[in-house]
Amino acid sequence: MRAAAAQTGSFAVPARRTSTGFTAALLRKPVAIAALVVLIVLVVAAIAAPLIAPYDPIVQDTAATRQGPSWVHLLGTDSLGRDLLSRLIWGGRDSLGGVALAVAVMLVIALPVGITTAYAGGRVDRVIMSIIDIVMSVPTIIITFAALAIFANSMTAAMITVGVLASAAFARIFRSAVLATRKELFVSAATVTGLRPFQILTRHVLPHATGVVLVQTSLFAAATLGIQTGLSFLAFGPPPPAPTWGGMVADASKVLATHPWMFVPTGGVIAVATLALGLLGDGIRDANAERFTAPIRTRDLFQKPAAVDSVVPTVASPLLSVRDLSIGFGEHSGLTVVDAVSFDIAPGEIVGLVGESGSGKTVTALAVLGLLGGTGRITRGSITFDGLELVGDLRALAATRGSGIGYVSQEPITSLDPTFRVGSQLIEAVRHHDRCSRAVARRRALELLAAVKIREPERVLRSYPHEISGGMAQRVIIARALAGRPRLLIADEPTTALDVTVQAEVLTLLRTVQQETGMAILLVTHDWGVVAETCSRALVMYAGQIVESAGVDDLLDRPRHPYTRALLASNPHGARRGETLPTIGGTVPSPADWPVGCRFAARCPLAVDECRAAPIPLIEAGPARTSRCIRIDALITDTAGGRP
Amino acid sequence: MLILIARRAVMSVVLIVVSSLAIFVLMSFVPGDPALTILGEHATPEALQRLRESLGLNRPLYEQYGDWLFGLIRGDLGTSIFSGEPVAKLIGLRVGVTVSLMVGSVVVIAVFGVALGLLSAVREGWVGRVVDAVSLLGFALPGFWIAIVLVAIFAVTLRVFPATGYVPPTVSPTGWLLSLVLPVIALSIGGITIIAKQMRDSARDVLARDYIRVLRATGLSERRILLLHVLRNAAVPTTTLLGLTAVSVLSGAVFIENVFVLPGLGSLVTSATLRHDLPIVLGVGVVFAVIVIVINLLVDLAYGVLNPKARVVS
Repeated sequence: MRAAAAQTGSFAVPARRTSTGFTAALLRKPVAIAALVVLIVLVVAAIAAPLIAPYDPIVQDTAATRQGPSWVHLLGTDSLGRDLLSRLIWGGRDSLGGVALAVAVMLVIALPVGITTAYAGGRVDRVIMSIIDIVMSVPTIIITFAALAIFANSMTAAMITVGVLASAAFARIFRSAVLATRKELFVSAATVTGLRPFQILTRHVLPHATGVVLVQTSLFAAATLGIQTGLSFLAFGPPPPAPTWGGMVADASKVLATHPWMFVPTGGVIAVATLALGLLGDGIRDANAERFTAPIRTRDLFQKPAAVDSVVPTVASPLLSVRDLSIGFGEHSGLTVVDAVSFDIAPGEIVGLVGESGSGKTVTALAVLGLLGGTGRITRGSITFDGLELVGDLRALAATRGSGIGYVSQEPITSLDPTFRVGSQLIEAVRHHDRCSRAVARRRALELLAAVKIREPERVLRSYPHEISGGMAQRVIIARALAGRPRLLIADEPTTALDVTVQAEVLTLLRTVQQETGMAILLVTHDWGVVAETCSRALVMYAGQIVESAGVDDLLDRPRHPYTRALLASNPHGARRGETLPTIGGTVPSPADWPVGCRFAARCPLAVDECRAAPIPLIEAGPARTSRCIRIDALITDTAGGRP
Repeated sequence: MLILIARRAVMSVVLIVVSSLAIFVLMSFVPGDPALTILGEHATPEALQRLRESLGLNRPLYEQYGDWLFGLIRGDLGTSIFSGEPVAKLIGLRVGVTVSLMVGSVVVIAVFGVALGLLSAVREGWVGRVVDAVSLLGFALPGFWIAIVLVAIFAVTLRVFPATGYVPPTVSPTGWLLSLVLPVIALSIGGITIIAKQMRDSARDVLARDYIRVLRATGLSERRILLLHVLRNAAVPTTTLLGLTAVSVLSGAVFIENVFVLPGLGSLVTSATLRHDLPIVLGVGVVFAVIVIVINLLVDLAYGVLNPKARVVS
């Protein structure tokens, strides 16, 4: 839950289900319409061949052989002077008819079998699925050849065989489509309301599975057309002089060197039909996806962050210095999620970066290492580490990563590559920084594991990530971050994913390591307990801004921003037994909805009109502390104590 | 791992029994006299009788099938109706051609598909568009059509490669390679685009994972991350698809061997089918089934090597 919120930044616009009709969605796609029109034209032409074909497809005209396109013969003539267009129109009956037969056979078998197995479940499902597995491994092409050998080169027999054999794979696909739909909430809801299974199937499950069925059917039709024309190319099916698409390619190939034109329309019609089936499938898939998923709101905001003169909480000779950092996401980075953030970190200090999900704290931390994911971009500001500007300088960033600034992430297990042993990943990091031999790196890796208090380092080195516990994995991650002897460690919620007992151990470890190495730590967290135990100073973020910064004791005992106070009050560590845990009413506004004035005003018990009128700057709120509040006086005298 | 191989072995026996049984059952559906259907209306009564006896058509279906199965266990696949030669011998002479064609194509597909996919995952723009365009063409144009065009361009016009025919590696290794180049290209185009697309999707998926971010934070070069970590993780789903592609290459080889007049199993089964020579069709069916089994086994093994979690499960 928390990880999901972190990935989407939790400022995702709430999903809205649309009830767009499937046909309407499909008709909005020009490519799909074109594909559909092409297919209809080909099918109608084949059906109406006696009416529309300009010539008899088998009548030879020895006076007009191997002609190019002309007004008399629109697509030219073949080696026997037969009109190519007429032969293609008639040949469509063999090819398209064959494909239609195979598709019909496949659907007649696969649909009932797929739906039945999905609904029956249990033993029936297992038995049918193992039969399907066997049939799927049968070499289709050879069985089709056998059918041709037995049934006197009958294309009908071949196409029925193709349909029967393919039905196994498609029954399996349809089964999973039905299963996936059955798990959807609205189907469970329909079950609860007492609809009979058959009604649920026809009203709710099948309409949702239709998209998958149509997409797979059109792809199967395209593949079958390839087999059908391939077989007629090899002279199976109706014997000459009957026109077949594959047979016409074979005829054309015999005179390719001298009369290449014949090769174009004969192969072209197959290509066009195949492409139309494939593009129709794509269109159906997209239309279906639009129909059942929420559209992403793409409001281009281009918010101009209000320029306000804020006090910057500086330190003398900082190790890391962030100035005026703004980060945008989405198209043209138009959605600002971090807004003019400035702070310093001195060598050797532990600074907390505190806030709720969606406050922008993780994004800020990742930006320092140039690790913004997806469409995230730094739109403004500067980040200097040890005097070196990191924004926009990839070489400076590469030189700083790992050796200047280390990184410990939220999810220890997913932060290790699952396909490599722990040892190989640790040794890789050591060798990258120390440029040493494998044996030396291995010794250093063991030392690092010992430094993070892992008891059986040899065994852990040989393990794969899925074979170790979360707490162990986080120690490995910390060990790897230490491999480059960084002077600053950015730890993004390093204990959140761990068990409570392990959390304390990892925090103790971080403090120990900090004392031994003298490195600074930027600790991103939402947990005041972690801040109180570990940090000397903290920055509080809300809706993309720093709203308060102070020494930890001052911050915890005398908050100077209503948000900090409310956050402290809602912290379970401070609660007494039997007392209802206070919560902050309302939610963090999403970046698209940030107000002009104070962003906390809507949830603040002390807010007045003036708070909402204009952007609020960070101001001095005592020695070495700042706050983004104009109601500090009221806050100090307020007795509600953060219980809005 | 041994359990896996044992399970595959059992599956392969079941598969061969099912495939051949399907053909025998089909034979029982043939309307009228199969011998007449096979030889045509102008056949002499003696020829019809000879065919009935050689096919064992005068005996019940299960007896015919039982005989064939026992023959199979002894390595006897029967004799060709047309030439009277043992089917096993005919297949033995030709299986090398089909296997070299298939192995060559799968290697080309794997190398080019993975490289193109990886490249288009990190380079937005023209690489991706070329992959898209080529895959559209590879999807639309039938393999035999592409094969003929390749012959026209590279063999007839440019005379770089032999147009048709096969040179055994024992006669001339260079000639063998040259005779395989065009067929392998014709067989690979479709597969390359399928693998490239899958690789692109998997690589993009892997690039968005936590561990890639952490590896970047460690300071590792983008090249190392891509060629070691992204490649290995993205290869896991790609391997499954490569197995399916190998099976479809086997089917494609049947058509391509005819275009390039390669004396492989595909051209053998085509001519046998045109002559209604069922013992050969059955024999080639068994060999194809075995090849499919081997492909599936190799995919399982590769999966185990690439994905340590799969090792625990199996």
